[in-house]
Amino acid sequence: MPVGMSAAEATRAAPAVEVRNLSAGYDGHTALDDVTFTVEQGCLAGLVGPNGSGKSTLLRVILGLHKPWRGEVRIVGREGSGARGRIGYMPQSELVDWSFPVTALDVVLMGRYGRLGLVRRPGARDRQEAMAALERVRLADLSQRLIGELSGGEQRRMLIARALAQDADLILLDEPLAGLDATAQHDLLALLDDLRREDKTLFVATHDLSCVAANFDHAVLLNRRVVAFGRPAEVFTEELLSAAFQRHLLVLPGGERTLVGP
Amino acid sequence: MSELLDWLREPWTFEFMQRAVIAAVIVGVVSAVVGSFVILKGMAFIGDALPHASFGGVAVAFALGANLQLGGAVAALLTALLIGFVAQRGRVRYDTAIGIIFIASFALGILIVSRQSGYVADLFSFVFGNVLGVTWGDVWLTAGLGAFILLAVALFYKELLFTSYDPSMAAASGVPVATVQYGLLVLVGLTVVIALQVMGIVLVLAMLVAPAAAAQLLTRRLPPMMATGSVFGALSALCGLYIAWYADVSPSAAIVLTACGFFLLAFLFAPGRGLLWQRRFVPA
Repeated sequence: MPVGMSAAEATRAAPAVEVRNLSAGYDGHTALDDVTFTVEQGCLAGLVGPNGSGKSTLLRVILGLHKPWRGEVRIVGREGSGARGRIGYMPQSELVDWSFPVTALDVVLMGRYGRLGLVRRPGARDRQEAMAALERVRLADLSQRLIGELSGGEQRRMLIARALAQDADLILLDEPLAGLDATAQHDLLALLDDLRREDKTLFVATHDLSCVAANFDHAVLLNRRVVAFGRPAEVFTEELLSAAFQRHLLVLPGGERTLVGP
Repeated sequence: MSELLDWLREPWTFEFMQRAVIAAVIVGVVSAVVGSFVILKGMAFIGDALPHASFGGVAVAFALGANLQLGGAVAALLTALLIGFVAQRGRVRYDTAIGIIFIASFALGILIVSRQSGYVADLFSFVFGNVLGVTWGDVWLTAGLGAFILLAVALFYKELLFTSYDPSMAAASGVPVATVQYGLLVLVGLTVVIALQVMGIVLVLAMLVAPAAAAQLLTRRLPPMMATGSVFGALSALCGLYIAWYADVSPSAAIVLTACGFFLLAFLFAPGRGLLWQRRFVPA
C-alpha cells in the first residue's frame, strides 16, 4: 500500500478481480494454465473462449469453490476468505433447480444468509433489503411467485437481485444471455449497464462475442491460457480470436456495432 | 352417537395401543419433515438404503447378544456417513456406491441369520415392523430422538434450505456445505432409526416419501409443505392403527397404505396440479 493511503482508499483503487499465475484443473487434467489478468472496478467485463476453455472453472476458482494448484486471486484487494461474501453469482440456468418450492423473495433473501452466520434467521432489515433488491430489478410485484413460474428473463433478474441483496462488489454471471429472446436479452443488458454505472463490477462468461464487442468495457479471451485481455476492440482481432478458437472468425467492424462470426 | 364414540375410543383403552399410537404419530410427523428434504433432493434411494443397511447391524447385534435396536442404529448411521463420504470424494457414481454399500450390509444380515438355528422371530419384527410391541422405554426414546431431529431442522433450517437449493452459492457465502450435507444424512439416518420399529425395514421409505409428496402437491413453499406433510403423517398413523384394530391386519402396512391413499387423493384432486384438475381445463 503506498504511503499516506488509507485502507479504504486502497480498497477503492484495487482492481475488482486480480488473477495472477493461476493454474487449476481436475484429476491432473489442466483446465487453466498460468492465467493472469485484471478487471477494474465498475466495469462490465466479458469472459469469452470456446467450450472447454476453462471459463466455468475460472468462475469457480474466483468464487472459492475450487482450489487452484498455483497462483492467487484477489477480489478488491482481498484474498481467500477475506473476499467471501463480496462476490455474487448467477449460475448457468440449467444448473438451477427451478422446480424447488421457493419464491423469488425466498431466493433473494438467501443473498443475506452469508452475513447472518449459522442459526440466526433473516429479520425485518434483511427482508427490506431483499425487497429493495427486487424493486431494483423491477420484480417487486412478483416477489411471491414461485421461481418456476417466472419467465427466463425474470429468473435471471431475480438472481441478480440476490447478488444485490448480498451487497456484492463483484457479480459473476455464467452465460446470462443464453436461451433468452431478443427483448429479454436487451432488458438484461440494460440492467447490467445500469449496475456498472452504480460501481458494480460485472464479469460475464458468454458465447455471444458480438454482444461483448458492442456493449462491454473489457474482455478476457481464454483458452486455458489468457490469449488476450483488454478493450474488446483490441482483443477481438481476427488473429487473436482465431488463436483462441482454433478456427477462423470474421470480425466486421461497423461503427457502433461489431459483428463477430464464422 | 355414543356408539360411535365407543367405537372411536375402544382401541385406546389398551395400553399397548396407546404406546403404538404415540410412537407411530411421532414417526409420521418426523418422517414427513425430514422426508420433505428427501424428495426435494432426490434422496429416496438413500431413504431405502439406510433401513436395509440397518439389518446388517441388527443381525450382528443378534449374534453377539447385544441390543438389536442399537445395532440397527449404528449400522444406519455408519451407512449414512459412508454415503456422504462417497458423495464428496467418490470416483464411482453416487447411486452405484449406495447400491453396493446397502446390499452388502443387508446380505451380511442374511448371512448371519442363516447361521442361527434358534429363535429369529425378533429379527423378523425388524423386517416387518412391530408397532404393537413397543415399550414405554421405546416411546420415550422415539420422542427424544424425534424432538432432537425437529429441533435440528428448526435451528438449521436456513442452512438446510440454502444447501439443498443452491449448494454452490451456499458454499461461496461461507455456509459449511459438506457439514450440512453430512448433517442432513445423519438426520435421515436418525429418522430411519425411530421409524424402523414402527414400520419395519421394507416400509420405512414409504413414510419418508408419501406424506411429504402428497403435501408437495398441495402447497407452494417448503415450510407449509413440511407442516401439511406432518398432518398427513400423523393422520396416516392414526387411521392406519384404527384399520389394523378393526380389520385385524398388519398395522405398518395399514399405516403405509393410508399414507399412499393421501398421496393418491392429492395426485388426483390437488387444486391446479391434480390429474383430474388438469383434465378439466385441457380438453383431450
